[in-house]
Amino acid sequence: MAEHETHEFDVIVIGAGGAGLRAAIEAQAQGARTAIICKSLLGKAHTVMAEGGVAAALGTVYAEDNWEVHFRDTMRGGKMLNNWRMARFHAQEAPERVLELEDWGALFDRTEDGHILQRDFGGHRYARLAHVGDRTGLEMIRILQQKAVAMDIDVFMETTIVRLLKDGDRIAGAFGYRRESGKFIEFKSPAVVLATGGVGKAYKVTSNSWEYTGDGHALGLWAGADLIDMEFVQFHPTGMVWPPSVMGILVTEGVRGDGGILRNGSDERFMFDYIPEMFRAETADNEEEADRWYTDRKGARRPPDLLPRDEVARAIVAEIKEGRGTPHGGVYLDIASRRDPEYITRRLPGMYHQFKELADVDITKEPMEVGPTCHYMMGGLKVDAETAAATVDGLFAAGEVAGGMHGANRLGGNSLSDLLVFGCRAGRGAADYARAIETRPEASADQTEEVAREALEPFERTDGENPYLLQQKLQGTMQALVGIIRAEDELHKGLDALGELKERAGRVTAEGNRLYNPGWHLALDLRPLLATSEAIALAALERKESRGAQTREDFPQTDPELGKINIVLRMKNGEPYVDRGPLEPLPQDLRSLVERSP
Amino acid sequence: MGDRSTVTMRIWRGDATGGGFEDHDVEVSSGEVVLDVLHRIQATQAPDLAVRWNCKAGRCGSCSAEVNGNPRLTCMTRMSVLDPAEPITVAPMRTFPIIKDLVTDVSFNYEMAKRVPPFKPKPKPPDGHRMFQEDIERVQEFRKCIECFLCQNVCHVIRDHEENKPHFAGPRMFIRYAELEMHPLDSGDRRDLLQQQMGLGLCNITKCCSEVCPEDIHITDNAIIPLKERVVDRKYDPIVWLGKKIKGRRLAGDK
Repeated sequence: MAEHETHEFDVIVIGAGGAGLRAAIEAQAQGARTAIICKSLLGKAHTVMAEGGVAAALGTVYAEDNWEVHFRDTMRGGKMLNNWRMARFHAQEAPERVLELEDWGALFDRTEDGHILQRDFGGHRYARLAHVGDRTGLEMIRILQQKAVAMDIDVFMETTIVRLLKDGDRIAGAFGYRRESGKFIEFKSPAVVLATGGVGKAYKVTSNSWEYTGDGHALGLWAGADLIDMEFVQFHPTGMVWPPSVMGILVTEGVRGDGGILRNGSDERFMFDYIPEMFRAETADNEEEADRWYTDRKGARRPPDLLPRDEVARAIVAEIKEGRGTPHGGVYLDIASRRDPEYITRRLPGMYHQFKELADVDITKEPMEVGPTCHYMMGGLKVDAETAAATVDGLFAAGEVAGGMHGANRLGGNSLSDLLVFGCRAGRGAADYARAIETRPEASADQTEEVAREALEPFERTDGENPYLLQQKLQGTMQALVGIIRAEDELHKGLDALGELKERAGRVTAEGNRLYNPGWHLALDLRPLLATSEAIALAALERKESRGAQTREDFPQTDPELGKINIVLRMKNGEPYVDRGPLEPLPQDLRSLVERSP
Repeated sequence: MGDRSTVTMRIWRGDATGGGFEDHDVEVSSGEVVLDVLHRIQATQAPDLAVRWNCKAGRCGSCSAEVNGNPRLTCMTRMSVLDPAEPITVAPMRTFPIIKDLVTDVSFNYEMAKRVPPFKPKPKPPDGHRMFQEDIERVQEFRKCIECFLCQNVCHVIRDHEENKPHFAGPRMFIRYAELEMHPLDSGDRRDLLQQQMGLGLCNITKCCSEVCPEDIHITDNAIIPLKERVVDRKYDPIVWLGKKIKGRRLAGDK
């Protein structure tokens, strides 16, 4: 038997971004012995990269704002495919969760009269994003991290979980390795909260870091849980495009919220040509009105530059495809000609620094060049809205790894609020579950033995496949064949290529020893990366329509019948199986909210 | 630098038992940063080269190292600022124990963070807290910290003095203390702790920390010196200090 250390808890939380930290804080507060397990050092998770803000109907800038409007915007942004129970909890509870951060020491930017300032973002009817310049995520993760430390929650840093353990149908814990030493580690715990984020590293152009390898999606799938909405991968409209080494790094939507506009290579404000029917009534159709909106919210409609992300990303792709892109294959994002330098550097200090340092561009003097970048996974574990419980007993999921909240497309700012609201709910749900069980589950030793043996196989091969090369091939495949614009023949080709890569990943090799060995870590990360990528491609193939982030060239229309179902992925006889599940219809009172005119 | 060229990267390889510099000739494209080149070495020459990184955008503070002797984030160091004619050295941060190659054991910082008495808010008024931008700007500067620990790395109190670590929090933690002390809603007082256990007095204001901060936080001028003043203030006359603090609070409350 592979020797390993063992720890016992009531609740373990996998992932230490906003959702994981918030879940752990709540679980510990509920009296559960809680541990956080994270792949990186504490405070480095992807939440740190969130820039623009956290959406919550605080009503500090526009008193007219309330949870009902936020709910409406979220559902419309998600093309009505959202789990409405989640969207409702989210809109109702986000203000409380944000104000709680202030009680824990957060310092959001202020209004003139001393309240939390809110910023405009795409798809939100009112200025709704509480923020700290363009480093909101850093503020949030630091506050949550410090709260977790103050509560004395155990943290296992630089530890990767490779498999969930089960006792019959129930979760019994998790098994993984410490990245530093390469030694195995087992957690015995009746409740596991997945808060692992997304799978952006499956794509070549991405705003995501190395950690984003679909771990939670795959761990859940392998443990028998249902995944939903996996076809919906969000491409953020504005990532850097030049120089190549920085391609994909995020440029916050706050640039547009604060007055920036999109132009094509011929300097035309092309977004006016891409206003969809659904948003026509509330979107300005000329430049004069769009510009006036920044100072006259009642008399003017919103600029089309602030349409939801799926709409803007598609428009940019179309412009580039039609030959109207910039020299480096993007479009221009211009705030320099519209706001004075002092305003720009105060509101967007991170963007100023990022372009100056990495691209030699002064955004107070010249436009940025931007293009879509893989940013966020709407799909994930199917969960109960109230408790964040997944479809396997003892398993919970919150944040990006959970599905349903955002439907077919997430609005900017709704991720930071999602992870607070459902992180908290998952922590409570997991603690309640752990408290209620009568006999603690026990995982059989053969499970951990099998996982340990598999994990060490790459060291036994002397001339196998290079994991870095395989990851590059995967990224090329997903980008080209399962990207922003999709078609049946390409998706089939993509699945074939993924099948071949899976087979090659079975021959992957690791050089050196187990001490902090990134090649070996990547060899192991390839498994969840491939499993999650396959789920995306399968779901994309099954949804024969265009809706939100899913754009099918061969099915350009939205199909009302497909608006009544989720595509579901689950394991069957060791293979991923595609199913359909009914979407719970929106009750009449909520329907009238959503249909309310702007 | 042209579109593509070849440079020699001289990288420290080894672990806690020892090691040395190893040369890797590697191709570089224009616009690339040191971390890009380290990744290329991993992918093509040394798959087990240990490098800690996350965001590759200067926001997470994971990829700190010493490039040609200068403490830097490798993701924000453009290759074009380095002389390609000479080998470019990349070494791990010296102040922390080596784990492997460029990865060091930074747990000292996390241990020191645990010893910071947490935020202790004043009672919340019925209509919620109010704070004004001008009251929080100073603290917001400290909160830009990405915990890259480069300031800890260059601080000469601990850089070559392992024996000082148990009783010296270091610049990163001093700005953490400063942000709490200057937070408009905090009611705690950490000055005795700073003076007696956290080694605030050991800092002799050489500003090395401020110079390497990738976020341009004025660590010495805006955090450490004001903390030293507050500590001294208290040592001379606590009653005067108490009066000031109460008065200061009332003023803040009046807003």
